[in-house]
Amino acid sequence: MSDIGYVRTEMLAEKEPPASEVGVLGWMRHNLFSNWFNSILTILALYFVFKILASLVPWIWSPTWNATSLAECREILHALGREGHYAGACWGVIHERWIQLIFGFYPSELYWRPILAFILLGVALAPVLFSDKVPSKVLIFSALYPFIFPWLLWGGTIWGSLSALLGFVLGWVVYTAVSKAMSNLLGIILGVLAAVIWWLVISGYFVGAMDSIAPIGIEAVESRKFGGFLLSIVIGVVAISCSLPLGIVLALGRQSDLMIVKYLCVGFIEFIRGVPLITLLFVASTLLNLFLPPGTNFDIVLRVFIMVTLFAAAYMAEVIRGGLAALPRGQYEGADSLGLNYWQAQRLIIMPQALKISIPGIVSTFIGVFKDTTLVSVIGLFDPLNLSTAIRATTEWNGIVWELYGFIALLFFVFCFSMSRYSMYLERKLHTGHR
Amino acid sequence: MTTLTDPPKEQFRLSMLLYDTRYRSATIQVIALIGFMLLAAWIISNTINNLADLGKPVEFGFFFEPASYDINQRLLEYTSRDTHLRAAFVGLLNTLLVAALGCVTATILGVIIGVLRLSHNWIIARLMTVYVEMFRNVPVLLWIVFIMAILIETLPAPRAFRGENPEASMMLADSVAVTNRGVYIPEFLFSNGLGDIHLFGQSSMRFDVSLDLIAFLVVLGAGIWVSKWIKRRADGIQEMTGDRPVTWWQRLAVIVVPVAILLYALGFHLGYPELKGFNFSGGTHLRNSLIALWLALSLYTAAFIAEIVRAGIMAISKGQTEAASALGLRSNKIMSLVVLPQALRVIIPPLISNYLNLTKNSSLAIAVGYMDITGTLGGITMNQTGRELECVLLLMLVYLTISLSISAVMNWYNESVKLKER
Repeated sequence: MSDIGYVRTEMLAEKEPPASEVGVLGWMRHNLFSNWFNSILTILALYFVFKILASLVPWIWSPTWNATSLAECREILHALGREGHYAGACWGVIHERWIQLIFGFYPSELYWRPILAFILLGVALAPVLFSDKVPSKVLIFSALYPFIFPWLLWGGTIWGSLSALLGFVLGWVVYTAVSKAMSNLLGIILGVLAAVIWWLVISGYFVGAMDSIAPIGIEAVESRKFGGFLLSIVIGVVAISCSLPLGIVLALGRQSDLMIVKYLCVGFIEFIRGVPLITLLFVASTLLNLFLPPGTNFDIVLRVFIMVTLFAAAYMAEVIRGGLAALPRGQYEGADSLGLNYWQAQRLIIMPQALKISIPGIVSTFIGVFKDTTLVSVIGLFDPLNLSTAIRATTEWNGIVWELYGFIALLFFVFCFSMSRYSMYLERKLHTGHR
Repeated sequence: MTTLTDPPKEQFRLSMLLYDTRYRSATIQVIALIGFMLLAAWIISNTINNLADLGKPVEFGFFFEPASYDINQRLLEYTSRDTHLRAAFVGLLNTLLVAALGCVTATILGVIIGVLRLSHNWIIARLMTVYVEMFRNVPVLLWIVFIMAILIETLPAPRAFRGENPEASMMLADSVAVTNRGVYIPEFLFSNGLGDIHLFGQSSMRFDVSLDLIAFLVVLGAGIWVSKWIKRRADGIQEMTGDRPVTWWQRLAVIVVPVAILLYALGFHLGYPELKGFNFSGGTHLRNSLIALWLALSLYTAAFIAEIVRAGIMAISKGQTEAASALGLRSNKIMSLVVLPQALRVIIPPLISNYLNLTKNSSLAIAVGYMDITGTLGGITMNQTGRELECVLLLMLVYLTISLSISAVMNWYNESVKLKER
């Protein structure tokens, strides 16, 4: 035994991995300098990032927050010994005008109203967005919110909103009464009919009468005073919230067996998707009044709401149709074999799954609609872009470019980016491990 | 013993229209159709009444009146004495020009960025993510005006090119001048060219086709065809003998030599832009509006295409990559031979809709004053003549036609590259 001298009798202690494989060095070797091509790319990228930061950071770091005009900005920078065209940003314009960029020409003493409206919007959305963290009783408030929102923003008498709400209540009452006494279908028809008659015929008298009896209201604000991000967000919120139900209806219509309904839906969707939003906005600004009875003249912002909603609904319909098509056939057949009728099957089986599948598409449509609200500047509404043009036309700020665009871009980025992150959160939350 | 009885014959009752599923669908459809037709009739009658009140009957005669406005960036000859129809035609070609340019550059950029975003190089992948998020989350209209502002504010004015020690100088051997009034590039000239064919006479659609261009394309096409024939022949020899003849120089020569001879025979030379007085003359002038729109649309759409490409590549199962590397392919060969051809099938359908989006977004040209179809037909022509209904409807029709034809062509292409399954 003793002549085998090389057999070890105990285990060696583990060696430390080589320094080039672990820690910061190892990470860099693996992720930045794994071969010569990657090394060149890394060095180029680092140089590029350095160049960008070296020119941007000094420009952004500019103590001009309190300046009241471009000339004053230049004086401040001159006093610091910074010369040249791109010596530093002139943040005074943001300091002086950020409120205008956000609220447009909304009366400044009434700013609390849009702020309150958007805080309440958060409250109303909370049970929908974070269903596991917020008590579901808040949903009652969410249902009432669509009537509070326009009243807070546009003001005027409270009876208008109440009357619109009463229409729904009336329709519901008629529906329950008739469907108990006679049949479900008749109940739906009569309920809708009652609500429509209320809105179209009685509502006007009701509002007039109640307003003369009890004039409760807040100061009215005209639509043309809306501007800036307030306008963008209002258009976005209205279009997003109206287009989702409309899109679902259109998608179901497109998938339905009823041929005429199907072709009407296909025609509508393909038409809207085939033309740019800008032509639809031209329709809103010039043609929509022609399509309505002579003498009708309603607000440009309302017309834009209608067209943007129709536009978003067509895209939404396609997204939801994708979700419907992705569902396995067995789900439809399972619903049938349980004896559910069409609407029950849609409500309980199909839609929850189809909507879940289409969440990424729905949110990217939302983001698209929100970004597209900038297009209203083309028809002369004062969205942030158009406002920035107006600000640049004033004598104090003539010559400002980057600061305004940067500010607007940053705000849009914050909104859209958080929407897309939320959609990722929702996808993870609803992911049940199988599709 | 069983007795067979006929099922009870049901008499048709009116209530069956609602309660019997066999008839209900027909009822709903008829009601929907009637409702739609009533709505359409209502809108049309309102429109007719309104137009009668305004004294503007629907007619398209204004198209043949002189437009009397100028279009500075154009592909066809056009003067302000030409008709509105001619202006719309010039605008339509401008739309198609920027859409085609944008689609090409957006695809190239998008594929590069999408592939780089999956790179193992940490910093490159992060940079590409920043790019994609930056462009996807800011409105395209903002990018268009922003890039327009960059072009106007940061580029040198033509006068900076003058003098003994100019502040700015031309690029690429004095052939390209980048100024804040646009980019001047060399133009192609033929000293003994073949002339033009004039199509459609003197009408608004008149169109000059350069015979030089046709000759060039014919020779080039023939060269490519012969080159493909040589490749097929080489493939055949390889199949039979196992040896592949070296053909790259033949294939290159049959394309390059005839084209070079043709260009020499036609007296091809470049017309360089030159600084004359306060501005450049000669060469082709690409205005800022075109370049801003082109760049912005390309960069914006490239961000979306990058995401599509990334998703397409990630949709290919890892087994494919591993099998390819087991065969001994290098990583760039794996990408080009195994992953991309399969990913293409996932990529193409959403790519089509992004091309459509780019084409539709090109209507934002109106924000920087590029005279596309929206700027001519839906802009100045509409404002000058006050014919909103005709102009907007025609504008929609044009875009609808473009969109439907792009999607038809692309769907046909999609069919042809689709995986042939059992």
